[in-house]
Amino acid sequence: MTVSMSVTEPHVELKGVVRRFDGPPAVHAVGPIDLTLARGEFVSVVGPSGCGKSTLLDMLCGVARPTSGSVRFEGSDLNGEVPPGIGVVFQEDSSMPWLSVRQNVEFGLRTSGLPSAEIKERVEHAVSFMGLAQFIDHFPAQLSGGMRQRVCIARTLVLRPRLILLDEPFGALDQQTRLLMGDELLRLWRETGATILLITHALDEAAMLSDRVGVMSARPGRFIDFVETGWPRDRDSRVVSDPNFGALTARLWSSLREESLKTMGRAS
Amino acid sequence: MTRALALLIVRSVVLAGPILLLEFGCRAGYVDPNSIIPPSDMIASMVEHIGSGDLNESMVQTFSTIALAFGLSVAIGTLSGAVIHRIARLRDMVDPLLASYYSVPTFIFYPVLVALLGLGKAPLVVLGILSAMPAVIISTLSGLDSVPPVLLKLARIQRLGPALTLWWIILPSALPRLFSGFKLALSYSLIGVIAGEFILSGSGLGFAISFAYQSFDNRAMYGIMLFVLLTAVVANGVLYAWEGRLRRRRSKG
Ligand SMILES: Nc1ncnc2c1ncn2[C@@H]1O[C@H](COP(=O)(O)OP(=O)(O)O)[C@@H](O)[C@H]1O
Ligand SMILES: [Mg+2]
Repeated sequence: MTVSMSVTEPHVELKGVVRRFDGPPAVHAVGPIDLTLARGEFVSVVGPSGCGKSTLLDMLCGVARPTSGSVRFEGSDLNGEVPPGIGVVFQEDSSMPWLSVRQNVEFGLRTSGLPSAEIKERVEHAVSFMGLAQFIDHFPAQLSGGMRQRVCIARTLVLRPRLILLDEPFGALDQQTRLLMGDELLRLWRETGATILLITHALDEAAMLSDRVGVMSARPGRFIDFVETGWPRDRDSRVVSDPNFGALTARLWSSLREESLKTMGRAS
Repeated sequence: MTRALALLIVRSVVLAGPILLLEFGCRAGYVDPNSIIPPSDMIASMVEHIGSGDLNESMVQTFSTIALAFGLSVAIGTLSGAVIHRIARLRDMVDPLLASYYSVPTFIFYPVLVALLGLGKAPLVVLGILSAMPAVIISTLSGLDSVPPVLLKLARIQRLGPALTLWWIILPSALPRLFSGFKLALSYSLIGVIAGEFILSGSGLGFAISFAYQSFDNRAMYGIMLFVLLTAVVANGVLYAWEGRLRRRRSKG
């Protein structure tokens, strides 16, 4: 009941967002897209590869400007500028190889002006939260791909963003670790009250974690379906044994199957 | 550790073997002392010449010229590299020139430089820059190419301005490649300057070698040659060790 109250306020609003790349070859990557994320909502986006999910994320955080349409965050337009309060974990590994895990995570706070004791505390908390405490003095080259991705997540967490965007963050992890990381993400979401947008290619992940799952079409990516999961806020990975889980995943797949086939057809 | 030690021993043997062989060849009379003197004599001659102080002026002259050529190559080269990197059209134009640059023997322009700039330090510095700067430009371009785009996105997410982005993201990303360029530039400016002195100059270590050669003073010639060789090896060794420390961190620790 308390949840429904906070879920009504729009945190992010996309209206008629389109992104074209001039090329050559010119590509109509995304849109038009309308999407509203309520404050504190957990939304996942699934779609065939190359449909423009990462492109959408770039526009959501202000790194890229839509060709047309508008992106509003906390009530003001992003005009190709990145506002404070948004944390992003990119699809590519964005750990800095010349910095240790601690320094990588600290990087987010370098310009924060916080007292060093506070920085130290936040960094160590985020590092242990991501299960990297023993590796805090290691360098990225000494870690696995999945661990590096967790370093990047920790670096985002120390900023205490109000909106967290994650682009296939668990892609490099095995299934068991993915489920556990999903639980951690849910815990984080509950503790911080942040709005989360998770891009993923795993339908079960989307069905398990989200309040709502958006399904995107093949390129140019548009939303063809939104599925409400109806999970309680204090859920965890055990929802996979809920009878509704199978139905949700099935519905996502039926929406996505045709679009994925289009992509395959385009590729061959 | 043992592997490193084994490598060190192998390297030393590979280096020391021919030197010892030459030493014996000279001592036993198989090698004409008018062409090559025994390595031990080279060392003795080097020590004498440095100790006597009569090379001091040449050393100051040569090393300051090299330092100037190297410093200017690094400064101008990095800057022009950055500018070329920014302007795609310029890049397309310059890339093939850079790729073929080192097939041009720049030394043949030395007489022109002397005619234009006179017989002082200037033509030598220019010759040093001509040898070294393109290497810096090439490595700056490849260094900037190697900056992962995702880190530039990260800089924007963290709302870093251009200066901090340069200092915290671009430079460290590009550093390994920049460094290889600086290392090459040091060798090239040393070669350029000493060769210039050798061909057409009245002072400096290159000239001292050439002068000893023309006055049939083999001992002096080999002594100074050895000194130049050692200096080059040591200078490069320092940069090499420094670079190794940088790289080790990024590869395994
Ligand atoms: N900088 C760019 N220039 C041109 N085309 C691009 C660029 N970035 C992405 N694209 C194209 O836009 C489409 C969507 O890409 P992307 O957003 O990465 O897809 P996804 O993340 O869903 O796999 C792809 O066809 C890709 O080739
Ligand atoms: Mg993507």
